[in-house]
Amino acid sequence: MSDATADPNKVEAPTPDDPLAQAKALDNRDASGRMLAADGTPLKRQLAKSLRVQKIRALMLIAPLLIFVLLTFIAPIADMLFRSVENQIVSETLPETVEALEDWDYESGEAPGEPVYDALYNDLFLAAEYKNHTRLGTRLNYELTGVSSLFRQAGRDVEDRGEAYLDQFEELNDQWEDEVVWAELMGSDEWLEAQRAWSEDSGDRLPRFQLREGVAALLPETTRSFLNFVEFIRTEDRESPLDEEPWSRVYTALYTDLMNNDVSAYSGPHAELLQEAAAAVPDFETQTTKEFFLSVDDDWADPELWGTIQAFSPDYTSGYFLSAVDMQKTPEGAALRNEDERIYGLLFKRTMFMSLMITFSCILLGYPIAYLLANLPARTANLLMILVLLPFWTSLLVRTSAWKVMLQQQGVINDVLVWLGLVGDGSRLVMINNQFGTIVAMTHILLPFMILPMYSVMSTIPPTYVRAARSLGATNMTAFRRVYFPQSVPGIGAGSILVFILAIGYYITPEIVGGTTGTFISNRIAYHISSSLNWGLAAALGTILLAVVLILYWAYDRIVGIDNVKLGG
Amino acid sequence: MKMTKTLLATTALTVAGGAVAAQDMVDSMTLVSWGGAYQASQVSAYTDPYVEMHPEVSITWDESSPEAVAKLRAMAEANNITWDLVDVTAADAMRLCDEGLAMEVDHDEILAPAPDGTEASDDFGDMIVSDCFIPQIAYSITNAYRTDVEEWNGETPSDICALFDTEKFPGTRTLERRPINNMEWALICDGVPFEEVYDTLETEEGQDQALAKLDTIRDQTIWWTSAAESIQALADGEAVIGSSYNGRFFSAIAEQDQPLEMLWDAQVYDIDGWVIPEGLPEDRLNRVLDFLYFATDTQRLADQAKYISYGPARQSSAPLVSTHAELGIEMAPHMPTNPENSANSFVQNYEWWADYRDDIDAKFQSWLAQ
Repeated sequence: MSDATADPNKVEAPTPDDPLAQAKALDNRDASGRMLAADGTPLKRQLAKSLRVQKIRALMLIAPLLIFVLLTFIAPIADMLFRSVENQIVSETLPETVEALEDWDYESGEAPGEPVYDALYNDLFLAAEYKNHTRLGTRLNYELTGVSSLFRQAGRDVEDRGEAYLDQFEELNDQWEDEVVWAELMGSDEWLEAQRAWSEDSGDRLPRFQLREGVAALLPETTRSFLNFVEFIRTEDRESPLDEEPWSRVYTALYTDLMNNDVSAYSGPHAELLQEAAAAVPDFETQTTKEFFLSVDDDWADPELWGTIQAFSPDYTSGYFLSAVDMQKTPEGAALRNEDERIYGLLFKRTMFMSLMITFSCILLGYPIAYLLANLPARTANLLMILVLLPFWTSLLVRTSAWKVMLQQQGVINDVLVWLGLVGDGSRLVMINNQFGTIVAMTHILLPFMILPMYSVMSTIPPTYVRAARSLGATNMTAFRRVYFPQSVPGIGAGSILVFILAIGYYITPEIVGGTTGTFISNRIAYHISSSLNWGLAAALGTILLAVVLILYWAYDRIVGIDNVKLGG
Repeated sequence: MKMTKTLLATTALTVAGGAVAAQDMVDSMTLVSWGGAYQASQVSAYTDPYVEMHPEVSITWDESSPEAVAKLRAMAEANNITWDLVDVTAADAMRLCDEGLAMEVDHDEILAPAPDGTEASDDFGDMIVSDCFIPQIAYSITNAYRTDVEEWNGETPSDICALFDTEKFPGTRTLERRPINNMEWALICDGVPFEEVYDTLETEEGQDQALAKLDTIRDQTIWWTSAAESIQALADGEAVIGSSYNGRFFSAIAEQDQPLEMLWDAQVYDIDGWVIPEGLPEDRLNRVLDFLYFATDTQRLADQAKYISYGPARQSSAPLVSTHAELGIEMAPHMPTNPENSANSFVQNYEWWADYRDDIDAKFQSWLAQ
C-alpha cells in the first residue's frame, strides 16, 4: 500500500505542483534546455504571464482610488507647479512686439525705435478687438505699477489712429467706405461668387476667404490686416466681409502700402480708385506710430516699461518665484525688493515658527491625556474619549469664534480676571488678534490629531513592561523614562507630523484670530488667489510651501526614521 | 460683439413688445450676492415679486460675491459658467470687464427707461463706471463710534480725523485690513486736500506719509477682513471707533439698538451692481435679461431701500424712497446720498486703484506685518 499523499502524481485532484510534476514527467525541454509548460511555451514566460494577470487584477481593484487621487490631487498639484512658471500671455498677446524688441537693448536707456511701435500697434489693435489687452495689462501691472491703465487707455485709442486715415480716404472718395469695394479689391472672384450666394439664415458655413491673386505682393500690409479682420468677423461674429466695413487698422495699412509701393501697374478691379488714392496719400495728414503712442501717454517712451515687457517675454519665467522670495525680476536681472515691500520671508519664518509652537503645545497637552486614555479603565476612558472627540465634531468656525469670545479684551477670561481683581479694568490683557491668540486657538483645534495617534500607540504598550521594570528596582520616573516613553515615541512622531503639516497650511483660524502678527503664509496665498488674482505668485508661494514640507519630512526621516511612525497598534 | 448686440436688440424688442413667452428661456437662474441683510433686501425687492409674476422660475442664490472675480475666472478657464447674474462692486466689475469675464452691455437697450422716459444711461448717469456694469445701489464705507465711552468725557467725534486723535478719543480702533480708504483718510487727516489725495499717493513720499500717519494708530487697531468683524468689535466694546459699510451700521443701530453713532464725515462712496458673465448660452441669457429689465427699473430699485439703507442707483428712484418695511422709520436720512450725510464725502478713484493696488497692497501688508 502506498501512501496516497506521498506521491503527487497519483492524486486524482490537481495540486499546485501539477505543472511542475507534469513538466518533469514529460521532461519538456526545448533545444536550448529551457523548461517548457504543457502547451509547449517556456515555463518562465507562462509564469510571468500569470503573474501579470494577477498584477492587473490588483491594479484594477485600486484603480478607482488611483484615478481619484490622480484627478483630484496629483493633477491640481502639477497644474499649480506649472502655473508658477507659466508666462505665455506676453508672447501670445504681443507676438510681433516681442520679436521686434529682441533687437532693442535696455542698457541703451532709450525708448525703442519705430519698428517696435509699429509692431505694438499691430498687436494691440488685434488684442483690443479680441479684448485681450487689459488682461495683459493686469499681468504686467504685477511687475510695474501703472501698466494696467496704460494698456486700457491705449486699447481704447488705437481705434482713433486708424479713424484719422479712414476719414481722409473717405473724403477723397466715398467708395472707400463701401465694404463691397473692399471685398472686391481683396477677395478672389471665386470667393466673391460663393460669398454672394451665402446667406446668414441658411445656416451654411461661411465660404473660406480667398485672396485675389497679386494683391498680397501689391499691398502687403493691407492684406495682412484685412486677413486678420476677415478671420475675426468670421470666428467671433460669423459675419460676411460683404456686410462689414473693414477695421480702421486696414486704412492705416493701406496708407503705408500706398506710400511704399507703386500701384500704377495694377489693373484689377477698382484700379482707378487705388491709383487715385496713391496720388493723394503724400498729402495726407500723418503721424508715426511712435508719435501716436506718445500722444496717448508719455510713459510709452519709458525704457522701464519696455524693459519689463522684454524681461517677461519668454514663455516661462522665474518672476513669480523671485516675487515669492521678496525679490523682483527687473530688466537688469533679479534684484531684492525695497525694504518696505518685503513680506514673504517674514511670513514663511513666522509660519514655521508658529507651526512648531503649535506642534509642541499639542505634544505637551496631548501626551498626558493620551496616557490617561490608554491606562484608565475602559468606561472612564470612553467618556474621556468622547470629550476629546466632541470639539472635533463641532464646526471649525464655531470653535474659532468661541475663542474670540473667550480671549477678547471684553471677553470671558478678561472679565473673570478683572472680577477676581487680578487685572485692573484699564489694563485688560491682549490675548487675541496676535500670535498668542492664533497659537491657542489652533492648538485647541489640532489637539485631537495629536491625541488619537498617541493613544493608539500607547494602548498597545503592555503594562507588564513597566511593572517588570519596577520589580527590577526602577523608580517610577526611571521606568517611565527608560521603558514607557521610548515605546510611545512613534505615536508622538505620527501626531507631530500630522499636526505640523495641517498647521503649516492653515488658513481660516489665523484669518479670524490672527490680527496682523498672527497670520500665516496661507493667508497671503488666499489673498493672491481671490483678491489680487495673481495666481502665478500664489502658485509659486504654494510650491515653496510644498517644498519646505517635503524637506522637513525628509529631514525627519533621516533623523528619527519614518519607520518609527505609527498611526495605530 | 456684433452678435451680442443684435441679440440684445432682439431681446429688448421682444421684451418691449411683451412677447416674452415666445422666447427661448430657461426656468432657473443662479444669482450671486453677498448674503446677509443685503441679499435679503434683494430677495424681497427683486426676486420675490419676479417669481410671483413668473411662478415657473426657480432662483438659486450663491453667496460668493466676495470672491466673484476669482471664481468667474476659474469657471471661464474650466469653460463651465454656472452663474447667471453676479452682484459685484464697481471696482470688481471693472476688473471682470478688463479680463473679458463679464459681458459688455448697452444700457439703453437692455434696461427700462425712467417713468418720465429718460433713457437708462442718463438715469444711472455717472454710476455706470464700466460697460459691463449695471448699477444697483450706492453705499459708502464710513465710520461709527460708541456713544458710551467714559474716557472721552462727553466729547463726540465730529470729523474723520477723530480716528487719529488718540489724545481726545482714546481707545481701540477698527479698520479694514487693506490700504483702500485707509490711505486716503490718513492723508486727509495729514492735511492733504481731497482733490490732491491721489496725486500725493502716487509718489513714494505720499505713500510713506500715509503709512506714517497710520503708524500712530497701528497697534491700537483691530484690522478686520470681513465687515461683520468690525460691527462685532464695536458692539462688544472691543473697539470704540471704526469703519464698516453704512448699511451694516444702520442695521446695528436701528435694528439692534447698539449704542453707536454714525460719523459720516469723509465717507467713501462706492457702487454695487450686476454683471452678466461672458459666454452664457442664449436661453439662459434671455432669462437673465428678462429678469434684469424688471429688477433694475425705477420702482424696484426704490423698493430695495425699504429693507436696507443703501441709495438706489437711479436718479428717478430717489423720490420714491419711503419708509423701512418693518420699523416704519423714514429711510432717506440714513442714506449715504442724503445731503446732510454727503456734505463732505470722498469719491474713490477706481482706475487709480486698479493701477496701484498691487504695489500699495504689498507695502501696506508689509507695514502691517512688521
